[in-house]
Amino acid sequence: MYQVGNLVKELSDKHGRARESLMPILQGIVEKHNYLTDEAMVEVARELDISAAEVYGTASFYTFLDTSVRGKYVIRVCKTITCSMKGKAEIIQTLEDMLKIKVGETTSDKMFSIVETNCIGWCHKAPAILINEIPYTELTPEKVVEVIKGYMQKKIITGTHGEKRAK
Amino acid sequence: MIKLTINDQSISVPAGTTVLAAAKKLNINIPTLCNHPDLCVAGICRVCVVEQTGARTLIASCAMPVSEGMDIHTNTLKVRNARRHIVELLLSEHRSDCTKCYKNQKCELQALANEYAFGDTVFLSLVEDHKYNIDRSSPSFIKDDSKCIHCQRCVRTCAELQSVSAIAVANKGAHQKISSFLDRPMSHVVCTNCGQCVNRCPTGALVEKTYIDQVWDAIYDPEKHVVVQTAPAVRVALGEDLGYDPGERVTGKMVTALRQLGFDSVLDTDFTADLTIMEEGTELLTRLKKILVDGNKELALPMFTSCSPGWIKFIEHKYPEFLSNLSTCKSPQQMFGALAKTYYAQKRKIDPAKIVSVSIMPCTAKKYEADRPEMRASGFKDIDYVLTTRELAVMIKQAGLDFRSLESSNYDSIMGDSTGAGVIFGATGGVMEAALRTAYEIVTGREIPFKNLNITPVRGMDGVKEATVKIEGCTDDWKFLEGAELKVAIAHGLVNANKLMKEVRAGKSPYHFIEIMACPGGCIGGGGQPIPTSMEIRKNRMKAIYAEDEHMVLRKSHENPDVIAIYKEFLGKPNSHVSHELLHTHYTERDSY
Repeated sequence: MYQVGNLVKELSDKHGRARESLMPILQGIVEKHNYLTDEAMVEVARELDISAAEVYGTASFYTFLDTSVRGKYVIRVCKTITCSMKGKAEIIQTLEDMLKIKVGETTSDKMFSIVETNCIGWCHKAPAILINEIPYTELTPEKVVEVIKGYMQKKIITGTHGEKRAK
Repeated sequence: MIKLTINDQSISVPAGTTVLAAAKKLNINIPTLCNHPDLCVAGICRVCVVEQTGARTLIASCAMPVSEGMDIHTNTLKVRNARRHIVELLLSEHRSDCTKCYKNQKCELQALANEYAFGDTVFLSLVEDHKYNIDRSSPSFIKDDSKCIHCQRCVRTCAELQSVSAIAVANKGAHQKISSFLDRPMSHVVCTNCGQCVNRCPTGALVEKTYIDQVWDAIYDPEKHVVVQTAPAVRVALGEDLGYDPGERVTGKMVTALRQLGFDSVLDTDFTADLTIMEEGTELLTRLKKILVDGNKELALPMFTSCSPGWIKFIEHKYPEFLSNLSTCKSPQQMFGALAKTYYAQKRKIDPAKIVSVSIMPCTAKKYEADRPEMRASGFKDIDYVLTTRELAVMIKQAGLDFRSLESSNYDSIMGDSTGAGVIFGATGGVMEAALRTAYEIVTGREIPFKNLNITPVRGMDGVKEATVKIEGCTDDWKFLEGAELKVAIAHGLVNANKLMKEVRAGKSPYHFIEIMACPGGCIGGGGQPIPTSMEIRKNRMKAIYAEDEHMVLRKSHENPDVIAIYKEFLGKPNSHVSHELLHTHYTERDSY
């Protein structure tokens, strides 16, 4: 659990307090803290003068706006048909074995979460995962182990686009 | 004007008219489900699809504006098949336990199924697969997600009419549901229990929590003395559930019916409405005096009325910093409850422990109000059971009474007398009008200078109404008010209350006294009133309320003989110590989410 502090206010100053600012504000919180706490949603509702149910409704619609605890690195495994056919199940098995958590869970040190996601547009290089915003593609169990080890050892791992690891 | 044809009949309608509305003008009936006259267009359920010549797909007539030369057909084979599939798909996610359902034969989905989807279906039922939640946490209503068809009438009601949005659409696709914040129990969120969603839910997903069986048990218990009170708005709407047109007054028949159901004493909430005016009017005048003459800085204006339990819960959640502006008067229902087990019990020489106090209300929030922990001034639960207008209609049918053939009769005595001022509590502006009739007379010794006592500026369906009353010719006690202009405002529907409250919070409100009713139209449009509801229906009920007032001999609360008697025998004077013990209350700050 994090303290949302002045973040909601800062984001509201930046994006404005109209109803259409709800999405960028929620995205801003998730960018910083990886997920939305109950308190953060209440704070957003108060700041924009809308109901908390509405904030929750919007947040729960979008997979990337998580409303339950997420680790520093959120591993999103594509569950759509191409990735499924190209070995998604083995990727998940490898991740679960390595991190000792199931899909939907977060490691006790709050470093990693595994979740499934709808298509992320990498069908041509399936199977694919996202770690926070960086895609890793054409994965095999061995490659996944290497990627995750890199994150664990805080080494720089190059993503598909050549991105360096964020944070 | 736009010209189009529907089922080969030509019609011209203004631009912006929907195909559905145009068809209605030709008396062509298109079925609808998510559409509701009080709410914005949603276009969600697709039941209203029609065929447009030249268009690739069927169109939703509720959401489609007319265009020049449009050629619409509402009853082709393609349309009928599509509607059948749409209804069947809705049913595949709906727990159809119709024979056990509270909404049996009052369900819009059931009626459509009867028309379009009888017989076998090609779709699998998904009801067993979903983990549905039935939320019974509110004392006012039950939210059963297994019967929800996601039409979002409730969501739109809560947002558009009430500006509360205690519920919203959460999740997506197959997991979509109508949810409170974090899916918390309805008793633990900002819900005001107003029941406007219940009034508009087409299925059994939102229904009042019924206490009919408990009331029958009390009636059949020979040890119990069961008293019943009826709210002003019930008598102008009950008929709708018993085959009458909206706006028919059935007061006398209702009293007879209640007696035949077995209630030991049939009394009138209008009596405590009159009493409320005495208490609240005195409170307002005292408050004005303390602020204007004594320079009291702790008391604040405007003063708000406190009769509507939906409004009370709203202000507790949303504007708790203004709780001290609320009148401390209990609602008429609760004043009645506190007096039934004290004053009435003493007069009738009945052990209050043996009294069961039932109220018939146009309201679901009253069920919540009766359960509030502070509502035990008599030493017992002041009101044992609250039934809605709809529940009373059910009891009348259960008892096999032929309502139409019943003779009219009068309320029993002791707390049965009322005036026209008490009756108009049922309509928006009514409390204000009743208060002005009495307060003006207290201050000046003369009747308020409106023709036939009808204070028309405070009447009608405008969301926010205001009026200014110039006070002239004060009696000696009230000289400080000489020449003062009393500014009042009235709002009905919490969306309008919210507008007024924002002004108050911004310090821009010029008013001394504000009446607020949670429901559109006031209690006549309450969450416990017969279904369906629309502006037209509410206007008819409103007309009936004012007709009821006009027909009363006494039309000012302070002239009610039962009220005069109770002050003489029991309460002393308005805002006396006994009054404060029994008839006044306090409020609780609540979370804003």
